[in-house]
Amino acid sequence: MLGDNENNHVACVKINEASYPSPFQSGLEYSAPARGTWNIVHTGMLIPEAHQIFVCAQGCLRGVVLTAAELGMSDRFSTIAVSENNVISGDNEELIIEGVTDIINKLSKKPKAVLVYTSCVHHFLGVDLSACYTELRNRFPEIKFTDCYMNPIMRKSGLTPDARMRQRLYSLLEKTELKPDQISIIGNDFPTDKDSELRSILRQKGLKLLEIHDCKTFDDYLKLSESSHCITTFPAAIAAGKHMNKIYGQNHIHLPFSFDCDEITENYLKLCDNLNIKNPDFNLSIENAHRSLETAKEIIGKTPITIDYTAFTRPLSLAKLLLDNGFNVTKIYADTFTFEEEKDFVYLRDKYPELKLYPTIHASMRVLPRSAEEKTLAIGQKAAYFCNTEYFVNIVENGGYYGFSAIINLCHDMIDAYNTPKNTKELIQIKGMGCCSCV
Amino acid sequence: MKQTAKIISTYTGDTSGVCSALFELGGLIVMHDPSGCNSTYSTHDEPRWYDMDSLVFISGLTEKDAIFGNDEKVISDTVRAAEELNPRFIAIAGSPIPYLTGCDLNAVAAEIENRTGIPTLGFETDGMRSYIHGASIAFREYTRRMCNQRCGKVGFGVNLLGVTPLDFSVNGSVDSIRKLITDCGMNINAVMAMGSTVSEIDHVGDADVNLVVSSCGIESAELLKERFGIPYIVGTPYGKQFSQFLMNTLNNKSNFSFTSDTSSNPEIIIIGESINSLSLSEAIRMETKMDVKVVSPVDTPRKLISKSCISATYEDEIIPIIQNCRNIIADPMYLPICPASANFISLPHEAFSGRIYRDKIPNLIGNIDYITSKIK
Repeated sequence: MLGDNENNHVACVKINEASYPSPFQSGLEYSAPARGTWNIVHTGMLIPEAHQIFVCAQGCLRGVVLTAAELGMSDRFSTIAVSENNVISGDNEELIIEGVTDIINKLSKKPKAVLVYTSCVHHFLGVDLSACYTELRNRFPEIKFTDCYMNPIMRKSGLTPDARMRQRLYSLLEKTELKPDQISIIGNDFPTDKDSELRSILRQKGLKLLEIHDCKTFDDYLKLSESSHCITTFPAAIAAGKHMNKIYGQNHIHLPFSFDCDEITENYLKLCDNLNIKNPDFNLSIENAHRSLETAKEIIGKTPITIDYTAFTRPLSLAKLLLDNGFNVTKIYADTFTFEEEKDFVYLRDKYPELKLYPTIHASMRVLPRSAEEKTLAIGQKAAYFCNTEYFVNIVENGGYYGFSAIINLCHDMIDAYNTPKNTKELIQIKGMGCCSCV
Repeated sequence: MKQTAKIISTYTGDTSGVCSALFELGGLIVMHDPSGCNSTYSTHDEPRWYDMDSLVFISGLTEKDAIFGNDEKVISDTVRAAEELNPRFIAIAGSPIPYLTGCDLNAVAAEIENRTGIPTLGFETDGMRSYIHGASIAFREYTRRMCNQRCGKVGFGVNLLGVTPLDFSVNGSVDSIRKLITDCGMNINAVMAMGSTVSEIDHVGDADVNLVVSSCGIESAELLKERFGIPYIVGTPYGKQFSQFLMNTLNNKSNFSFTSDTSSNPEIIIIGESINSLSLSEAIRMETKMDVKVVSPVDTPRKLISKSCISATYEDEIIPIIQNCRNIIADPMYLPICPASANFISLPHEAFSGRIYRDKIPNLIGNIDYITSKIK
C-alpha cells in the first residue's frame, strides 16, 4: 500500500503490488481541476419545474450557488445561510421552516416541487427535519417537498451522498398502477445512448422506455412511477432501484455497465429473462465491437493509453478490454474501485502485473510532474490533466453509453481523440459536462 | 428575512479566504473539512489553481473521526504530507464540523509544529463568515510568525496589503498598482500576497508605508504599525484623480479618510467590498461631482462605516436601500434584485460571482472611464 514505505514518494503502485479495493493510504486530499462530473445540484435539476433550496454554511453554499449560476439556472435555486448564531441558539428548525416559506412566497411562480438540501451541520446538531417537512407540507399543500442532503462527511459511511441524491431524485413520485409495457432506466446522469442494444431490445418487444431526461414537465416526471420495471446500470444508482422496488413496487433489475462482452451478454439475457423476451442473437454486435477495436488498434498502435475513473464506472474493465486487444494501456487513475471491479482487478493483476495505478486525490499528485514523454491518449479528464495531453476522450460517468455499442462508440471516440487535439485546460474545467454549463 | 437569498450569490467563505491569502507563500495549507471546501475553493475562489502549484488540501474529515474526536488523523496525515512535501510553514483552517465539535485548531497546529519543527498556524474559521475574516487573520498571523526580520531598505518602500484574487482577480490590476507606485518614484517593498517572492513578503517590515487596498489587509497593517511603527493608508488607486491623490498621500505618509457623508438619496450606489468600493466612490466623486453611497455586504472595518458606507448583507436588507437609486454599480449577480428603473453598471467581483464573469472584470487602476462612461 502506498505510503507504508517512507521512502516511497511517488504516488504510484503496480497492480500486482496493490490492495483491492483501496490501493492507496488515505490522507490529505488534493482536488485536480477536472470538473466534468456532476454534483448534487446538476442531478437535482433533472426534475422539471422543481426548485432547489440549500440550507448550509456560507462556505458550503458558495460552491452550489455558483454551480446553479453556471448552469444559467439561478431562477430555480435559492439559499439559506446557517450562521454561528443558529448553531449556538439551536433555532435551526425555525430557520429552515421560515426560510423556505420566505423564499417560496417571493417566487414569482410557485414551483411544483421543492428540494430542500440540508447539510452536515443539521446532521450533527440532530435537527428535527421531519418536523420541518411536516410544517412545510402544512403551509404549502400544493407543493411537493422532498429531503435532499449535502453532507459530504458521510462519504465514507453508509450511503454516499452521490447514491443518496440519485435515490432522492425519484422520491417525489406517487405510488400508482404499474404499466407492463413501460420500463425506466434510472439513476444515470445521461440518457441512454440511442445506439444501445438496451434500447433496441425494449423497442423490439414494443416496450416504452422512459428516462428522467425525457421528462419536460413535472407531470411527465410523475409518469416514471408507472413503469413496471426499472433498470440501473450505475453502481451509485442501486439504492434508487431498491427504493423504486420498495416504495412503488417496480421490479428492479441491475445490469452493471461493463466492457466485457460476456458480462454484457449476461446482462442482456438477464433483462430478456425478466421481461419474457426471446434471447436475441448478439453475435453480430460482438463482431462489430471487435471490428471497431481492430480499426482503432490499427490507427492508435502502441501509443500509451491512460484511463481515469471519472470517464467510466469500470476503468479496470476497460483496461482489460483494451489490453486483451493489443492496446498499450499504461496507467489507471483511480482512488478506489467499486465492488463490480473485483474480477477485473484480479484478472489484470495476474495477466498484466506491470500496469500502474495512480491515485487522483493523494497529496503527492499535486507535485507529481504532469507531462507525457511521448504522445499519450487519455480516456477521461483527470487522465488528460495528469498526463498533460491534448489527445483525450472527453467523457464522464459512462456518457450514456451501454452495451456492445459502448465499445463501438468508444473506439470511434478514441480514434477521434488520437487524431484531433483538444484544448484540455478549457474543456476539463467546465462543471457538470453535458448539463448546459455556460462557463 | 435575513439569511435567505431567493436568487443572489454568496460571498467566498472564510476557509477559502485563508487559502487565498497564503496561496503563494510556499506553505502546506489544510482545510479541515470532509469535502466540498476543496472543489469550491479550487473551482470558484482560486483562479491560480490550474497554472500555479500550491500545497492546498483538505483533511477529508469523516463522520467517525468527527464524532470520536480523532484529531490524531488530521495531525498524522499533515505530518506525513509535510515530510514528503517540505513546506516552509503549515496552516490548518477549520470548517463547520470542526467548529461544531469544538476542535481546538490552535492545539492541533501546536502539535503538528512540535512533531515537524515547521512553523504551523491554526485558524479558527468555520465556513460561516466571509473571506474577509479568513484572509485577514491569515495575513495577520503569517506576518506575526514569519515576518520578523528587517534587513535595511533601499529608497522609499511601499507594501500593498490585502491583495488576493478574490478582490483583484487576475486581470492586471495588481501590476497596474505596482506601476503607478513606481512611476511616482516610490519602490514596491512587497505585495501581500500576489506576485512577490517569499523573501520580499518576509521582509514586509522594511517598508516606509503600507497601502491597504482591501479590508483583508487591515489587521496585518495594524500589526505592522504596532510592531515596526509603519503607518498605513487605506485606499485603492482607482481613477486618475483619486490615484494621484492617493500617491501624494502615500509619499507624504499623511492621513486620509474617505468621505463620510452623503445624501439620503444618492445618485449612485456601489455594492461591494468596503475599501474597493469606497475608493471607487471617491474616484467617481472627484471626476463627476456626483453623490455616491457604498453598500458593503461583507465584513466591514468599523472605522469605515459611515453615512456613505453602510453594511447590508442579505437580499431583504439591500433591496430597500437600492430601490430608488438611479445608478447601481455591482456584480452582475445582483442584477435580479435591482429595480428595473435603475441604470445597472456591471462590475464583476471574483469573491461573489467566481469565475463566471472573470473575463469581464475591468482594470480600473488609474482610469475609471469604463464606469463613468456608463453613469446616467
